[in-house]
Amino acid sequence: MRVPEAAIRKTLADANLQLAIYTNTGRFKENRSKAVAAEVLPEYQELRTRAAAIKRHTLDFLDVYLLQFESAVEAHGGKVIWASTGEEAADFILKLAKERAASLIVKSKSMTSEEIDLNERLAHHELEAVETDLGEYILQLAGQKPFHIVAPAIHMTRNDVADVFTEKLGIERDTVIENQAMTARRVLREKFLAAGIGVTGANFLAADAGAVVIVENEGNARLSHSAPPVHVAIAGIEKLIPRVRDLGVFLDLLGRSASGQALTSYTSIVSGPKRAGELDGPEEFYVVLLDAGRTKLLADKEKRESLQCIRCGACLNACPVYRKIGGHNYPWVYSGPIGKVITPQFQGRGKDPWLPFASSLCGACAEVCPVKIDIPGLLLQLRREAVAADPADRLLFRAWAWLMTRPAMYGMLARIGLRFSGVEMGPLAAWRAERDFPAVPEKSFRALWKERKK
Amino acid sequence: MDSREAILERVRAGLGRKLGQKPLPPPEPLLRIDTLGASGRLELFRRKLMGTLTVAADAAVAGRAVADLLNGREAVASGHPFLERCGIRSMARVFTDPAELRNACATAGVGITSAYCLLAETGTIVLRATPEEPRLPSLLPPVHIAVVPEERLLTNLDEMLSMTPRPVDDASAMVLISGPSRTGDIEQFLVRGVHGPGEIHVVIVQGKHRDS
Repeated sequence: MRVPEAAIRKTLADANLQLAIYTNTGRFKENRSKAVAAEVLPEYQELRTRAAAIKRHTLDFLDVYLLQFESAVEAHGGKVIWASTGEEAADFILKLAKERAASLIVKSKSMTSEEIDLNERLAHHELEAVETDLGEYILQLAGQKPFHIVAPAIHMTRNDVADVFTEKLGIERDTVIENQAMTARRVLREKFLAAGIGVTGANFLAADAGAVVIVENEGNARLSHSAPPVHVAIAGIEKLIPRVRDLGVFLDLLGRSASGQALTSYTSIVSGPKRAGELDGPEEFYVVLLDAGRTKLLADKEKRESLQCIRCGACLNACPVYRKIGGHNYPWVYSGPIGKVITPQFQGRGKDPWLPFASSLCGACAEVCPVKIDIPGLLLQLRREAVAADPADRLLFRAWAWLMTRPAMYGMLARIGLRFSGVEMGPLAAWRAERDFPAVPEKSFRALWKERKK
Repeated sequence: MDSREAILERVRAGLGRKLGQKPLPPPEPLLRIDTLGASGRLELFRRKLMGTLTVAADAAVAGRAVADLLNGREAVASGHPFLERCGIRSMARVFTDPAELRNACATAGVGITSAYCLLAETGTIVLRATPEEPRLPSLLPPVHIAVVPEERLLTNLDEMLSMTPRPVDDASAMVLISGPSRTGDIEQFLVRGVHGPGEIHVVIVQGKHRDS
């Protein structure tokens, strides 16, 4: 198991970082609880049930909804691009940029694009892809990955941001947060107006309308899909919902679960390029439907529900492990409980076998999940699979099973084992260092049972 | 096999479904519709709107309210007929030339639109992208003013979705604006106007309106 122990210890020892994680996730947590409280939203539990059922249904009949979505997009003059891999998705954008002679691409926040390293792939071909969400912009300048699914830069302070802006933008050091935000507005506004392509993610894809739904607070996603002549939305195939009117359920849950907002500042429902007579808006509209491992998850009936995730981040804020180790100690772009579930499924169990074990199974994540994903149950299942796949573990459990069916042998070995329970050596010493072993009784339960029966 | 066929094939194989096999009907969404009376909606909207609300008795009063809000600033107005009716498109320093729309939006201090509807429960302005209501006037300028007939004020999103279950069939985009552009990305410190308008003003116009 390759647990990044040194990095985790560093995070735990960094008092400022600990405080930042604790207060930020704490505030999200608190805002969420207030927003879903029974006095405010009495239908909350029913909404969760419906949302889970609608998502599950869509996944169960995904082939139908994908085709329905495609024909609706085409009916409005847009085009659907199917990408089996991240590379294919990036290649499409590269080719489009070349054909349209676009050297500048503006991007709004998209975990899917993070997942396939889109920016790195584009930069490799000398295309400038600029992140425009304030947090993502700071991280791009700093060369870092998102720390949190929803709030990517919660680990950074105004001083960190001042350092990054001074170094990368060549401006005078300024630690006033309003000024930092306005600097980003100024720099990025020029990019929006000059960009040849705007790339966004999608929170939902409504099959009946062929519409991309994007939820945000800053307005950078609106600018990305409104200002440039070409809009490309990139989304995993699991983002589908049957109808626009299902948003009545999902929008009630997403903003509240993520940040405690009944609705975020902006919700865009985009169904195509501008139509005849419109004065602005993109001339071309593409939706890249990405597989990149999702069909593999879909085939696993028991773990299919992990594709229901709407990326609200509530499970991160609720997780006692995430709240200590933060987002950068997880091996992939998805952190927290949902990251632990989907990373091994996307990247293969063998890559980071420790991941499903880094949980106390306390269940806080499942309790806050707006689409009722049984995260602890899925983690247990991944653990079972990991154990079954490990020859040493398998041998151990087979030996255990053999022993358990032979009471005499078990009793003898148990008596020997107990005699050595006070010994502190090997791996036991480390374990014993922080725990007291319960006192060993004079007679075992089995011995007492035998006596009683006489 | 191209990626389209390959993905669809993998999806069908994974689900154990055959090409052309019919789906079950989807579960119904839960739409919460508590219909409030007109005054209840207005009070709720006033409470939830993250901006100022002016209630004007008629179109002429609304025009004067907008002039007061502009206070001499340059503005750009959408081509919505209701703005014409309120006399806003003919005001001094209000740009309306469609050919110059993008530049005007990029430089004006204020953008003026009407709205498809308003949602009281979330203080939301709903806009649809149409030839009369372009996207940029409510997005590029630092201040957004929406002038809307009172009959367009609905209780909530669910009411709108039950009235118009397919709101983007005849518009290329719809946007729900439920507050100013905001960010908390640095230390969760709230800053308004980071990309879009930081300031919102709504003028609700009472009375019957032929052009709305």
